Amino acid sequence: MYCRETDVVIIGGGPAGLAAALAVKAAGVESVLILERDTQLGGILNQCIHNGFGLHTFKEELTGPEYAARFIKRVLDEKIEYMLETMVVDLKSDRTVVAMNRKEGLFSIKAGAVVLAMGCRERPRGALGIPGFRPAGIFTAGTAQRFVNVEGIMPGSEVVILGSGDIGLIMARRMTLEGAHVKLVAELMPYSGGLKRNIAQCLNDYNIPLKLSHTVVDIKGKERVEGVTIAEVDERLKPIPGTEEFYPCDTLLLSCGLIPENELSGSAGVALSPVTGGAVVDNTLETSIPGVFACGNVLHVHDLVDYVSEEAENAGRGAAEYVKGQKAGIVPEDDTVMEMKAGKGVRYTVPAKIRPATVKKDVLVRFRVDNNYKDVSIGVFYDGRLERSVKKRTVAPGEMEELRIRKEELDKYPEVKEITIGFVE
Amino acid sequence: METREMTCINCPLGCLLTVTKDNGKVTVTGNTCPRGEDYGIKEMTDPRRTVTSTVRVKNGSAVKVPVKTKTDIPKDKIFEVMDVIRKAEVKPPVHIGDIIVDDIAGTGVPLVATKDVE
Repeated sequence: MYCRETDVVIIGGGPAGLAAALAVKAAGVESVLILERDTQLGGILNQCIHNGFGLHTFKEELTGPEYAARFIKRVLDEKIEYMLETMVVDLKSDRTVVAMNRKEGLFSIKAGAVVLAMGCRERPRGALGIPGFRPAGIFTAGTAQRFVNVEGIMPGSEVVILGSGDIGLIMARRMTLEGAHVKLVAELMPYSGGLKRNIAQCLNDYNIPLKLSHTVVDIKGKERVEGVTIAEVDERLKPIPGTEEFYPCDTLLLSCGLIPENELSGSAGVALSPVTGGAVVDNTLETSIPGVFACGNVLHVHDLVDYVSEEAENAGRGAAEYVKGQKAGIVPEDDTVMEMKAGKGVRYTVPAKIRPATVKKDVLVRFRVDNNYKDVSIGVFYDGRLERSVKKRTVAPGEMEELRIRKEELDKYPEVKEITIGFVE
Repeated sequence: METREMTCINCPLGCLLTVTKDNGKVTVTGNTCPRGEDYGIKEMTDPRRTVTSTVRVKNGSAVKVPVKTKTDIPKDKIFEVMDVIRKAEVKPPVHIGDIIVDDIAGTGVPLVATKDVE
């Protein structure tokens, strides 16, 4: 088996992988390789033809392919090595990456550091427990997006969408523009999982109804979907008898959540968070395995690609510093670790650990709340003692929040074991 | 006097705007930045959207090339724009920013490619 050595191997050539690779190179590490399983770089952005990308990164509104093209151009300009149609099949805890493609066959790479940038998957029908046969016409929203935007094929003409995640909302508009009739978006939860602006510009603009606290309880049709039965659910999310309504349709799209794609991380033994489905990382985005870093949707699902790029740069810098440190034989003197905890109203934080010795200015912490709230005060607690708080007019589970842990605070409380982010009572 | 509530679509904050039109004068509240005010005024007087879609490619490395209206177009022209897009076809190579249709559906706005196709 062909074997090679590379300082930093990046698994995935989507927005996270591209930004991470550029950051590795910018930090002075020359030997970096991107492994991508598709026929082109850019990842999911290639099928996200709608606009709204890049407002933070480029201060202008770009489509997905345009956003990807800017990063791809920089990767090409920097002469960063990449392999397409290359599938990573195994990652070992000693950072050996086993991959295959048509040219090399099966090969392995001994990596100084690895950046996990594999993105996420959609929750499929099988994970939703909807009764009924398995007729044609049931697609995840992202599959339908690929059919319409890349393959140029319309999956159907009379459409019901289950789940109000952003891809579902975007596809409601896209299918409508292509001449389909989108009858309804049903959402199990009492709130939408998508961005407010997508409800405005994808549903309201086209008079597509959004029914909150509703779900699909039956799918009719044996060869092809003939219709779905929608019912209202109670506060325990159980369908309420007597509220069933039948919607004739030939297509059901599912936009019911995204799951970080961590099969490789799992096989390497990377510790995963049960809440995010992604790796447990510290502030340099290093996982539980030294020299293995994670960023983008494989770490936790983001709302905005701009935040993915920013996070991936951090992971790339971390990987570069790790490689440089190993080569110079530097052993960190101070290995204090503070745990980050999700307090009241907060589901999770990324990072989940802070190593104060590695903090230069401050630590950007991203988190999600567990419900819709109005007029809340979100606090930073050091070992349970409130340090400071910020007021928020509205917070929602579908919209990621952020705040910064300041270096001065870490210096002020060197003995602290736990930093909690949560609502102030 | 006319008052409408609307969600600003400029950024993910999605501010809930209250837009009031009184004797031709439009005032916006609820916005957190100047773009919200611009959006509210425009949405009340001349609502516009950027349309993104795909155009068929003849014998290229991809079957479709993604496109967008270079700037926003009047909202009530969206489906007329789509009718033109559906009939359009391009020959490769196509590059980002190439004009696919100029002055689409009489809007005065060109339709441009958003991806390279060889």
